[in-house]
Amino acid sequence: MKTTFRAALREAHREALLKDPRVLLMGEDVGRYGGAYAVSKGLLEEFGPERVRDTPLSESGFVGAGIGAALGGLRPIVEVMTVNFSLLCADQILNNAATLLHMSGGQLNVPVVIRMATGAGRQLAAQHSRSLENWYAHVPGLRVVEPATVEDARGMLWTALQDPDPVLIFENALLYNLEGELAPDAGPVDLDTARVRRPGKDVTLITYGGCLPRALEAAGQLATRGVEAEVIDLRTLRPLDEKTFLQSVRKTKRVVVIDEGWRSGSLAAEVITRIVEGAFYELDAPPARVCSEEVPIPYAREQEQAALPQPAKIVAAVEALVSPHG
Amino acid sequence: MSAAAREYLRQMLRIRRFEERCAELYSAGKIRGFLHLYIGEEAIAAGTLPCLGPGDAVVSTYREHGHALARGLSMRSVMAEMFGKVTGCSRGRGGSMHLFDASRRFYGGNAIVAGGLPLAAGLGLADQLLGRKNVTACFLGDGSVAEGEFHETLNLAALWKLPVLFLCENNRYAMGTALERAQSETNLSKKAAAYRIHSEQVDGMDVFAVAEAVTRAVAAVRAAEGPWFLELLTYRFRAHSMFDPELYRSKAEVQEWLKRDPIPALIAAYGLDPAPFEAEVKAEVDDAVAFADASALEPVDELLWRVTMREVPR
Ligand SMILES: Cc1ncc(C[n+]2csc(CCOP(=O)(O)OP(=O)(O)O)c2C)c(N)n1
Ligand SMILES: [Mg+2]
Repeated sequence: MKTTFRAALREAHREALLKDPRVLLMGEDVGRYGGAYAVSKGLLEEFGPERVRDTPLSESGFVGAGIGAALGGLRPIVEVMTVNFSLLCADQILNNAATLLHMSGGQLNVPVVIRMATGAGRQLAAQHSRSLENWYAHVPGLRVVEPATVEDARGMLWTALQDPDPVLIFENALLYNLEGELAPDAGPVDLDTARVRRPGKDVTLITYGGCLPRALEAAGQLATRGVEAEVIDLRTLRPLDEKTFLQSVRKTKRVVVIDEGWRSGSLAAEVITRIVEGAFYELDAPPARVCSEEVPIPYAREQEQAALPQPAKIVAAVEALVSPHG
Repeated sequence: MSAAAREYLRQMLRIRRFEERCAELYSAGKIRGFLHLYIGEEAIAAGTLPCLGPGDAVVSTYREHGHALARGLSMRSVMAEMFGKVTGCSRGRGGSMHLFDASRRFYGGNAIVAGGLPLAAGLGLADQLLGRKNVTACFLGDGSVAEGEFHETLNLAALWKLPVLFLCENNRYAMGTALERAQSETNLSKKAAAYRIHSEQVDGMDVFAVAEAVTRAVAAVRAAEGPWFLELLTYRFRAHSMFDPELYRSKAEVQEWLKRDPIPALIAAYGLDPAPFEAEVKAEVDDAVAFADASALEPVDELLWRVTMREVPR
C-alpha cells in the first residue's frame, strides 16, 4: 500500500487514540487547525476536544502539563510544533521529564511522548531551521528517536507510548511528503536498533532522519562508480545501537557519518568516537563526517542548500576515503 | 477548637524543631548541599496539609520540609534523605530540595523556581479526564510569580478548569530580592484574578486562618469549580539558604516579623502548654537523627539504577 510519511504518522495517532483511552494528543494547533504539518488532520472530529486538545502558545506550560498528566496516569502525546520552540520548554523536558525517576529514588516514571518537527531545507531561515536532536540525545533519562521511513513513522509512536520513560520523537519536516510502501499489517517497530537500509561492502554511511534519503541517493551514485556503500539508519539517537554500526564498520573498514546538526559537538562526533573506541584498529581510513556548515541557516535557497549535507558532499567525502587506497 | 489548636501546635513544633536540628547538622557537616529552612512559615504547612485527602496530590518547591512532614512522610525518611542515605524518601538522591513519596502523592521538591507548576496542571488534567475527584495542591513562592511558567500554568488551569489549588507562599523575598523590587504589582492574588481564578489573600501567620481558607478552597476545587489561588502572607525568619549573609534586609525588619511568630501566637491565643509536645517532638527528632546516622548509603554500584525504567546499554 502506497502512503506518505504524514499519513503514516496520522494513522499511528488514530491507532493509539482508538486502542488506549489514556492517550491524548495535545499541542499548539493540533485540533481545529489540523496540526502545523497536518499530521493530526481529522483527529479532532474523530476523537473530540478532550483527547485532541489545542493548547495556548505556552510550550513550557503544556509540555509540563503533559509530563504531569503522565505522572497522573494518562499517556499523553505532546506535540511541540518544532524543535526551535522546544527551547522554551527545555526546562520541563530536562529538569522534570528526564530527572524525576532517578531523583525520586525510582518512584516516579514519566511515560510521556513528545513529538516535534526538526530540520532545515524549506527556506525558513535561521530561527526555524534547527537540528538540535543531539542536545536532547545528550541527556540521561530520555529516549530519543527519529523515523526516516514510512514504516517507522507508522510504527514508532505505539512503541513509544508503551515505554515507561519519556520518549522524544523527532520528525524531519522534509520527510512529511515522503512516499513509501507500507504493508497493510504494518504495526509497532522497536525503538532500540539501527537498521541497514542498503547493504554494501566498501564504506559505511551512518545517518538518521532527513539525511537518510540523501545518503541513499549518494549510495546510488557511488554504485555507478563501483563503490558499494552500506547505509545505516540510526533510528534511535539515545541510546545508540553501536553494535549494529560497529559491525558494519568492521566489515567495510571505512565510515562517513552524515548529520544535519552542526559539526562541533554533533551526534556525528559521538558516533565517530564510539567507532574509534570500538573499532580503531580495524579502520583503513580516518572516519569522516558530513554535517551542516557552522552558520545560522540562511533564507536564500542557494545559501541554505550550501549549508546542508547534500549527496554531492557525501559522495566527495567517500571518494576522499576510498581513492587513496585504490 | 482547642483540640485542633493542639494538633496545629504539635505539627508546627515538629517542623520547627526538625529544621533547627537540620541547621545544626549542617554546621556539623552531616547535611550538605542547599538547605532552605521554612522557619517562620510553619502555619501554612500545618494549616494546609490536613485539609487534603490521601487521593489528593501535592507539588512543592525546594523549601518543602514542612510540606513533606505535614503530608505524612516520616521524619525518619526525610532526615535520612538529608543525610543522603538509602533509607531516605528519595534514596539519598535528591537531598533537602527533592523529597518525594509516590505513595502519598507527594510529587516533590522542585528546585527550579516555578518548575512544578506545569506538573500540577498535568496532574489535575489527569484527575479531571480520569474522573477522579482529587485536588492537586501546588506550592509556589512569591519569586515564581515572575516566571513565565507561572503565567502559562495559571492560564491553562483556568482555561481548562483544572482541579488545582495554588498556594503562593509570599514571604516577601526571592533570595535577596524584595517583592517590591521584582513586581510592579505586589498584590499577587490580583495576578491570579487576571486569569479569572478565584483568589484571596490570607494571613499565613495564623494557622486557623490558613486552615479556614484552604478548607473552602479544597471544597470548591473538588466540586469542579476550577482552580483557586491563595496568597499566604508570611515571612521567613532565617536566611534564604545556609550560604546567605542576609545583606538585603535589616535586623529590625526581621525583629518586627518575629513578633508574629505563629507558634507563640497560637500558644498565647489558646493558653496551650507546649511542654508535652516539646518532649514528644524532641524524641521524634532524636530518633530520626539516630535512624539517619545508622542508615546505609545507596551502594555505588546502584548509581545508574532507574535512570530509566528500561535497562539501557551504555
Ligand atoms: C528558574 C530558577 N531561577 C533561579 C533560581 C535560583 N533561586 C533559587 S530560590 C530563588 C528564590 C525564589 O524565591 P521564592 O519563589 O519567593 O521562594 P522562597 O525561596 O522565598 O521560598 C532563586 C532565585 C532557581 N532555582 N530557579
Ligand atoms: Mg519568597
